[in-house]
Amino acid sequence: MANKISDETIEYVGILAKLELSDQEKEQARRDMGRMLDYIDKLGELDTTDVEPMSHVFPVQNVFREDEVTNGEMREQLLANAPQEKDGMFMVPRTF
Amino acid sequence: MSRQYETVIGLEVHVELATKTKIFCGCSTAFGAGPNTQTCPVCTGMPGSLPVLNKQVLEYAIAVGLATGCDITRYAKFDRKNYFYPDNPQNYQISQLYLPICRNGSVEIATEEGGTKSVGIHEIHMEEDAGKLIHDAWEDCSLVDYNRSGVPLIEIVSEPDMRSAEEVIAYLEKLRLIIQYLGASDCKLQEGSMRADVNLSVRELGAKEFGVRTEMKNLNSFKAISRAIAGERERQIELLASGQRVVQETRRWDDSKGESYAMRSKEDAQDYRYFPDPDLVPIRVSDEMLAAIRDKQPEFRGEKMKRYKEAFGIPDYDIEIITQSKHMADIFEETVSLGAEPKKVSNWLMGETLRLMKEKELDAEDLRFSPEHLAKLIGLVDARAVNSSVAKEVFEVMFEEDVDPEQYVEQKGLKTVNDEGALKKAVEEVIAANPQSVADYRGGKEKAIGFLVGQTMKAMKGKADPGAVNRMLKELL
Amino acid sequence: MRITDMTAVSLAAAIREGKTTAVEATQAMLDRIEEEDKQLNCYVTVNKEGALRQAARVQEKIEKGELSGPLAGVPMAVKDNLCTEGILTTCASRILHNFVPTYTAEAVLRLQEAGAVILGKTNMDEFAMGSTTETSAYGVTRNPHNTDYVPGGSSGGSAAAVAAGECFCALGSDTGGSIRQPASYCGVVGMKPTYGTVSRYGLIAYGSSLDQIGPLTKDVRDCAAVLEAIASHDDKDSTSLDRQDTDFTKALVEDVRGMRIGIPNDYLGAGLDEEVKDAILQAARVLEAQGAVVERFDLSLVEYAIPAYYTIAAAEASSNLERYDGIKYGYRTKEYAGLHHMYKKSRSEGFGEEVKRRIMLGSFVLSSGYYDAYYLKALRVKALIKQAFDKAFMRYDMILGPVAPTTAPKLGESLADPIKMYLGDIYTIAVNLAGLPAISVPCGQDSKGLPIGMQLIGDCFQEKKLLQAAYTYEVQ
Repeated sequence: MANKISDETIEYVGILAKLELSDQEKEQARRDMGRMLDYIDKLGELDTTDVEPMSHVFPVQNVFREDEVTNGEMREQLLANAPQEKDGMFMVPRTF
Repeated sequence: MSRQYETVIGLEVHVELATKTKIFCGCSTAFGAGPNTQTCPVCTGMPGSLPVLNKQVLEYAIAVGLATGCDITRYAKFDRKNYFYPDNPQNYQISQLYLPICRNGSVEIATEEGGTKSVGIHEIHMEEDAGKLIHDAWEDCSLVDYNRSGVPLIEIVSEPDMRSAEEVIAYLEKLRLIIQYLGASDCKLQEGSMRADVNLSVRELGAKEFGVRTEMKNLNSFKAISRAIAGERERQIELLASGQRVVQETRRWDDSKGESYAMRSKEDAQDYRYFPDPDLVPIRVSDEMLAAIRDKQPEFRGEKMKRYKEAFGIPDYDIEIITQSKHMADIFEETVSLGAEPKKVSNWLMGETLRLMKEKELDAEDLRFSPEHLAKLIGLVDARAVNSSVAKEVFEVMFEEDVDPEQYVEQKGLKTVNDEGALKKAVEEVIAANPQSVADYRGGKEKAIGFLVGQTMKAMKGKADPGAVNRMLKELL
Repeated sequence: MRITDMTAVSLAAAIREGKTTAVEATQAMLDRIEEEDKQLNCYVTVNKEGALRQAARVQEKIEKGELSGPLAGVPMAVKDNLCTEGILTTCASRILHNFVPTYTAEAVLRLQEAGAVILGKTNMDEFAMGSTTETSAYGVTRNPHNTDYVPGGSSGGSAAAVAAGECFCALGSDTGGSIRQPASYCGVVGMKPTYGTVSRYGLIAYGSSLDQIGPLTKDVRDCAAVLEAIASHDDKDSTSLDRQDTDFTKALVEDVRGMRIGIPNDYLGAGLDEEVKDAILQAARVLEAQGAVVERFDLSLVEYAIPAYYTIAAAEASSNLERYDGIKYGYRTKEYAGLHHMYKKSRSEGFGEEVKRRIMLGSFVLSSGYYDAYYLKALRVKALIKQAFDKAFMRYDMILGPVAPTTAPKLGESLADPIKMYLGDIYTIAVNLAGLPAISVPCGQDSKGLPIGMQLIGDCFQEKKLLQAAYTYEVQ
């Protein structure tokens, strides 16, 4: 495997992605990611100088909505899925 | 000899745009609604929901860019800024990193030395606001209200061109004025519709390189900004003077304690993994679109001041004050257009209005009385229907509640009594009841007449025209 | 003919003619599900009462003459990554085990307006990440042709349900082959339309720039009818296209004379099962016999599609799946110490292995220092792949090839080696990168009796050509 993924990298990506992996999963993730990156490195074979990155396939542009209120209140429905709620708000572990 | 340090400051200013709806959905942005009552699947990050750009947001952003001399990006995109926090329902914020809508502008500010200085604007980008977190002490948890989530913001990023708190305030006031003139936002720091993060570093005077900077957040008044700048400057100088290093970090200013603290945590990697949002399509700003926005640009302050001087003949100082707020200038112009004499309108604004604003600690943007009512009040005074002290009394009520002065005067019976007979009777009674003052006046003490006028006004319950009282007294004495 | 063997369009005709009713058809499907689904597990949720109520309402409208289209009264199934108001929508993930949407996906609304009855939500690979429907948190779906085999994925539940007669037709979604490949494995028709043809509003995103909703049906006629119903411009989806040519049923014409069909040599090379290859070439000969001009050519860049795809899809997925955080909906872990621990535990317990693998990869390729080398590089390669197709479509009306290198693998054989599994997407994935339409049509069986699918790929907006060729092939 050309790409050696360090424990630190797995730890760091876990922080970014908010995933907590067990030691076994980490080991697996190191291997999987290394292999995937080896495979992705194949893209390096292609010369893409002067090729613009294509994020959208079609040149669709300027899609707008008018500044008009179209939504009514739907708090109850939206909160119905919340694991915890209070006083019309979503309850989360303290952030302060 | 102790070293001399220079402070280098750049600002990131967030301005909440005055649109009726959010940036990517049709929810209202009105202030003060019950928690989560202005939310929908889009602005609460429900699975499967998709954003669509509010056109007005783009137009405001371009208008601000034009007014600050920016280049408008003809091909712009939105990017996702990924970070987890409960006020951010998708756990990414839709913003602009790679192709922001405006770049490379500047504004002129006045310096303390009386000159002017240009502060560069690096870029202006559009983005969505986050929701509000409220601490719940009972449950020891936080509660999230997504009403603000998705409210449109522009972030104006300056170059590190400022060197003092005074320059920072002057820059902010200038920006605020421009944006208010455009009607793009009310820019209230206290209410959070204008927020400034301060990037600050210090360096030895004459040094070429910038020092390591910190970013200060949570600054919600000009005073807090000044104090935070002084505090951070001092903290950094102390670090450097004692041979330590400044760490590049985000710090939260606690204005009540007068100190800042680092917001860092292990879970806060500050790696936002920006990439173009695949759910939104690029923006192509055409020549036509740009011309249309340019045509709609209002008269800015400089032009307005010039016009006021030519058209209204009011003192420069009055012009200076009135045009400092677009809202006040609007009140002025509309009142004048309703027929009131410019100088009189200006007097009301410069006198009673400023006095009451100061007393009640209000901004010009908070003024609520209507030009129609001010014009009517001036009309009442002109017609001698009320005297000036009654007028002031009425204005104070108008200032608070925007009452119709004509109705109010009528209802409260404050109209000046123009009945010659009644006045004559009152004056005669006052003369009869105050022989000493009458004697004093007749003996040459001119001032004594003031007391008699006062007594007559009192007898008339304030509803007399003091000029008429004065004339009548002189006549009868 | 048993009602369960009818196609969607023929059922609608029978209902119109009063030979049966929407309620009868719905009841027949529910009975069939009751019978078969314990073994096959096509459905995550069966909307029993709701479907019967809806069928009664639709029947009333049909009788009043308010509904008369080719799908009026037809009971169908919807993949469980399409939001349905009031009906559990799980994406086959534990993290959405209790999520009940407040709104219905635009594509499903369109079907309901056409008079379709929603029977329930079909099983899939978790968040559409997988090729076998084995990554579902709610058990594997089995291939109706042989229950030891997978139905393909990620729309495996939809494909199997159509094949097993547990619905008349179904919706799936296709990010890298997720409609076409299970259609091929299950012996049904599946189509991925041009990107932007069907609104994505209400489709729970995997790779937003690649995802597209499409039909899985018993035949090409049904496919055209469903596609016609769901294709629409939607103001709620910025990437939705405003097309005028969505009368797809008009393309059901038996005629391929003069159509130029290219078979990429790159699609017939190493890794392709001989039986599959033979079936594909035989199908090409059928079209040739009908007057099509069939040629071999070199498409190029085929081997770069998979690495480009997995980079882009994983990056978008890592961001799209950030919203599952245990705050607004879905799974929240029971015990935690503070906010970030709650995030990490909920997500780690709520997501399955394959999803976590792609989130990790996606977060990495977007992270500081790697964005240019991986993500932007992949977007550049995507542009090159699009150019290769553009070049091919200057010479050909469509490209013909296999859907997958093999027929369905056995249950439990694929997940152990992710890269090998990803390689199975080699013929389908480039289509999503280039935003193209493509259809999978059954073209035989292998010696194990497992179905083989032929893929026809068209240039952007050329669904009609594909439908016409597929229809012509089918009637032969």
